[in-house]
Amino acid sequence: MPVPSPHRRRQRRRDALVFFAFAGPNVLLIAAFIYYPLLSNMYYSTLNWRMGSTTATSAGIDNYVRLFTSPQGAEMWRVTITFTVVTVLASMVLGLLVALALNHRIPGITAGRTAIFSPYVLSGVGVGMVWNFIFDPQLGLLGHVLRAVGARSPEWYLDGDLALVMVMIVYVWKNLGFCAVVFLAGLQSIPSDLIEAARIDRAGALTRFFKLTLPLLSPTVFFLTVTTILSSMQAFDILKIMTPSGNGTNTIVFELYLQGFGPYQNAGYAAAISVVLFVVLFAITAFQMRFVEKRVHYA
Amino acid sequence: MSSIHVSQWRQAFSRRNLAATVLGGYLPILIAMAVIVLPLAWMVIASFKPAPEIITMQPTLWPQEPTLDNYGHVADVVPLLTVLRNSLIVTIVGAAIKVVLAITTAYALVFIDFRFKNVVFIAILVALMVPPEAALLPNYMTISALGGRNTLWGIFLPGLGTAFGTFLLRQQFKTLPKDLLEAAKLDGAGHLKRLWRIVAPVSAPTIATVALVTIVGEWNNFMWPLIITDSVDTMTLPVGLNLLQSIEGQTGSYGYLMAGAVLVILPVLIVFAALQRFIVSGLTQGAVK
Repeated sequence: MPVPSPHRRRQRRRDALVFFAFAGPNVLLIAAFIYYPLLSNMYYSTLNWRMGSTTATSAGIDNYVRLFTSPQGAEMWRVTITFTVVTVLASMVLGLLVALALNHRIPGITAGRTAIFSPYVLSGVGVGMVWNFIFDPQLGLLGHVLRAVGARSPEWYLDGDLALVMVMIVYVWKNLGFCAVVFLAGLQSIPSDLIEAARIDRAGALTRFFKLTLPLLSPTVFFLTVTTILSSMQAFDILKIMTPSGNGTNTIVFELYLQGFGPYQNAGYAAAISVVLFVVLFAITAFQMRFVEKRVHYA
Repeated sequence: MSSIHVSQWRQAFSRRNLAATVLGGYLPILIAMAVIVLPLAWMVIASFKPAPEIITMQPTLWPQEPTLDNYGHVADVVPLLTVLRNSLIVTIVGAAIKVVLAITTAYALVFIDFRFKNVVFIAILVALMVPPEAALLPNYMTISALGGRNTLWGIFLPGLGTAFGTFLLRQQFKTLPKDLLEAAKLDGAGHLKRLWRIVAPVSAPTIATVALVTIVGEWNNFMWPLIITDSVDTMTLPVGLNLLQSIEGQTGSYGYLMAGAVLVILPVLIVFAALQRFIVSGLTQGAVK
């Protein structure tokens, strides 16, 4: 290996200093507020520790055992999985249908696209408040409509299962525009002569969709599945605003809040939830990064 | 109207395409738009209705006696101007620092020679995969220990380290031709000058995208400010609205609540309507190759 000249070495040291001046602050902040928390959570998760208390006793793996075996933990997983599966499927199916409608070369379509995407950028707190008013069994718009057709409004807030249905509806309302716009971009990347050729071959609309369009969309479907799973598992704002104490709607992140900062003040258990949340979401993302290029191919 | 536009109209409404245009295009889109727009319109209308028009079994579409009292009442319950000011400060200062850090970090990753550059990049990439909620508890301990509870800096400090913006800008900077910077280097321009005079201006659309996505994210941010503030002097708008709702919750005071919702939703809707091109492309990054 050739020995670098003193000049080269000085230059290299200078470059390293400039690099740290430019990237250092960001890297330090990421280390302090993203990496350090991951490690300290692992420690906290082995403690029997009430939030705000200055003393804690060792709990070993009790917090994790509780998370996976207690009725409370089982309830959290049931709600999390239900919420995630339903919202992912619903926003993808509805998003695809909207995208198919948006994929016409007709005037005014851009305004439609903008309106349908817009809830995605709005405050979850604001959105939750708006829908609280709509779902109110006595005074809400939905109740008025149901009474007008002779039905009665369900008691959305009293029953845990109904409350879960309600927050899932609102969550899908807020997020389906994202799926629609991503699907639309996928649809527009399909060469139109391909579809045209199938049409000339007298393939019906449904055949064209299932045999041609959908397989060609498989990279988009994969991308959206992963992204929507990630965001559904991190849902919080709507859940907190519409069901503040989380009866029946305590998905993993909401449960983390309720345990650590809500009524329970159970910091050790909240830390264990944080660690598991990180592991699950990290695994999903890593899976996506590894397989996104290799496995998804046009059929 | 351009000729392309006219032909598009003509094609869309030709006898052959009419059914597809109306049944496959306009009808489902109008239904979807109604579902999206109706709740937001109902929010705006209700915010101008006096209480008797809301606590009724026969609501009217338009307010019979429109009033601004709801907005005034929000201000009575939470100090509205303070909360709005806090939200603006946190959003502007937080987003500005974040964007600057993202630009300088991305520049360093692309244009400055450093042996362990890839290690730094991978560390940032991995940070992108960490859900912020997983860091909540330790960050609460850290910020509390620093004396940051119920302060504005305590709200924005933990979020300043930015992986998303860095990642997006790095991708953009990598597409710039190297000769562009070589010439400036030969003229004796240092890194700072090269960044602000050349790289940043030609990357303006991507920087705008990162800035807008960051601003909207800061404005809407709820979970962290909710945890780190409990005093009305330092809470941001979403936390203030959460407080408003817990105070007014069960009394049928939807007029006030809708006025509050308008305050947090409308500014973002306006910004989005004006600049949606940048925002949509930033939020759907990674989807389209």
